[in-house]
Amino acid sequence: METLALLSGGFATALTPQNLLFAFAGCFLGTAVGVLPGIGPALAVALLLPITFKVPAASAFILFAGVYYGAMYGGSTTSILLNTPGESATIITALEGFQMAKRGRAGPALATAAIGSFVAGTIATGALTFFAPVVVELALKLGPAEYFSLMVIAFVAVSAVLGSSAVRGLAMLFLGLLLGIVGVDLQTGQPRFTFGLIELLDGIEVTIVAVGLFAVAETLHLASRHRYGEDELLPLSGSLWLTREDFARSWKAWLRGTFIGFPLGAIPAGGAELPTFFSYYVERRLSPRPEEFGRGAIEGVAGPEAANNASAAGVLMPMLTLGLPTSVTAAIMLSAFQSYGIQPGPLLFQNQSDLVWSMIASLYIGNVMLLVLNLPLIGLWVRVLRIPRPQLYGGILVFATIGAYGVANSVIDLAVMYAVGVFGMLMKRYDFPVAPVVIGMILGPLAEQSFRQAMTISQGDATAFLTRPISAVFLAIAAALILAPPLIRAVQAARRRA
Amino acid sequence: MRARPRRDEVAFALLLVALALLSLWQTLVIPVSPIYARVGPTAFPWIASVGLLVFSLVLLVQALRGGLPGLERPRAPDWRSLGWVGAGLAANAVLITTLGFVFAAVALFACTARGFGSTRPLRDALIGAVVGLAAFLGFARLLGVNIGAGVLEGLL
Repeated sequence: METLALLSGGFATALTPQNLLFAFAGCFLGTAVGVLPGIGPALAVALLLPITFKVPAASAFILFAGVYYGAMYGGSTTSILLNTPGESATIITALEGFQMAKRGRAGPALATAAIGSFVAGTIATGALTFFAPVVVELALKLGPAEYFSLMVIAFVAVSAVLGSSAVRGLAMLFLGLLLGIVGVDLQTGQPRFTFGLIELLDGIEVTIVAVGLFAVAETLHLASRHRYGEDELLPLSGSLWLTREDFARSWKAWLRGTFIGFPLGAIPAGGAELPTFFSYYVERRLSPRPEEFGRGAIEGVAGPEAANNASAAGVLMPMLTLGLPTSVTAAIMLSAFQSYGIQPGPLLFQNQSDLVWSMIASLYIGNVMLLVLNLPLIGLWVRVLRIPRPQLYGGILVFATIGAYGVANSVIDLAVMYAVGVFGMLMKRYDFPVAPVVIGMILGPLAEQSFRQAMTISQGDATAFLTRPISAVFLAIAAALILAPPLIRAVQAARRRA
Repeated sequence: MRARPRRDEVAFALLLVALALLSLWQTLVIPVSPIYARVGPTAFPWIASVGLLVFSLVLLVQALRGGLPGLERPRAPDWRSLGWVGAGLAANAVLITTLGFVFAAVALFACTARGFGSTRPLRDALIGAVVGLAAFLGFARLLGVNIGAGVLEGLL
């Protein structure tokens, strides 16, 4: 009951006209970046980080939350009409959604995606509301050693489990950790990795790396493949109303997607991709008409779309309760906490109770706004999708410039962003994942802090991470995440030979 | 069936190895005060540098022994298109400190659009000016981002 009181307090803050405006702006921007291929919520939040100097923390996080949820809605529109996923979390939607659009059923596909997102987003936000305080209770019992081991799980999950190759993911993770080290060491005041440059004493700005990786790298990557042609945009076809049959086939998929998406998003196993793949697999297995899959089965849109929104709420759970971001956007939101001087972690619910609860309340409000933005106003986003590519990428680079140059009016920052952009283009070319770099860079310093605190408590004895039982369990999970996939593959290969 | 190693993949792996060596060097030059000798400011940099070194060496071996696994052969890059975008980025950096953000945005926008196949540079420059001005006003006024004072920005 205490939770309900806190939540209604959150609604009181979130429903002020100013914060409603921030929520709407966030949902609008989020849908836009979700719709536009090539850019996503991480870039949008990174570009909006300077707002942390201007507005109260609650308003800024209401804005960010709107962007985050909005991108999940918007991404599906692109997947369905363009077959180019607007977001990595909507790759699966493109499978069935684009097939439906090709058969003149774009309307029902968009409708089941939007309503499914709404249902899942609302249920999952409810789950977040009631489970988060429980997790906080547990989290408060964890010491620095347990924290460090928990972060190791998050690191391993984003770099070794997702993506095509654990080696490439882990290499990028360590690169991200190194980027996070640059600057003055907060405990001893010693400069590290600064190459004697004064500009590097404050560390490398998250905005610059994020914008370099998400805007410049993406644009350069697409330019490098420009001569290989573009995708065609399918027209908006079919009624936006679900028929009785569509609805009957959708609603179970929405609920299943929700129950797959939220837990998978909440455990620090990172990202919204995994739950969408899993949901698609489940729908195909359970469908009485599996032969329709691959040719426009509505369940294949409804399930994954619900799953990605539910996992978006799930990701906020470790972010808010543990200070543990498991997606790139969550990591950048975490750096916004730091920009306000707010220490993320379990104490957030005690020290910043009003902020947390108004953000959670705004998620409920945002879901309603997004349903309206993405169904009745769908025509607007179809028009956004028509922005010709040359002008779209020109505009993206102009905004990227503001992001980097606005930090300190320094051409060096601009040069760093270009360098990160070129490196990011090569990463895309050789299929290296981006998330481990960003998460390593932002979470790395926090992991180091826990590591050193734990080592100080144990008086320099590194076995403390293994002798403390909870910490040992966490590290065992992390080890299993790395070792299980290759072991399973080896066993399968051996069986095939036998 | 061992394919010949591809030079660009080897070069990228070498770049990662070089970054690892660079960070090892920077770890070595961090001064350590004896009080913090055990869990001082170098412990974490050591872990991260050695980690990157190990995995970049694995990648180098993979690249040398027939290519990074699971990677489609990347197609030859479109140098014309990349060149235009690169030129736009360079012009952007030069102009932003001299004529100011809006002029830099015009050059960047027009070059990038050209790189992506637009054939109407004047129209692009005009759109670039509008986008640049709107972005400047939006970010400077609403977000309080200072984007420098150029020729045009001073007048607004």
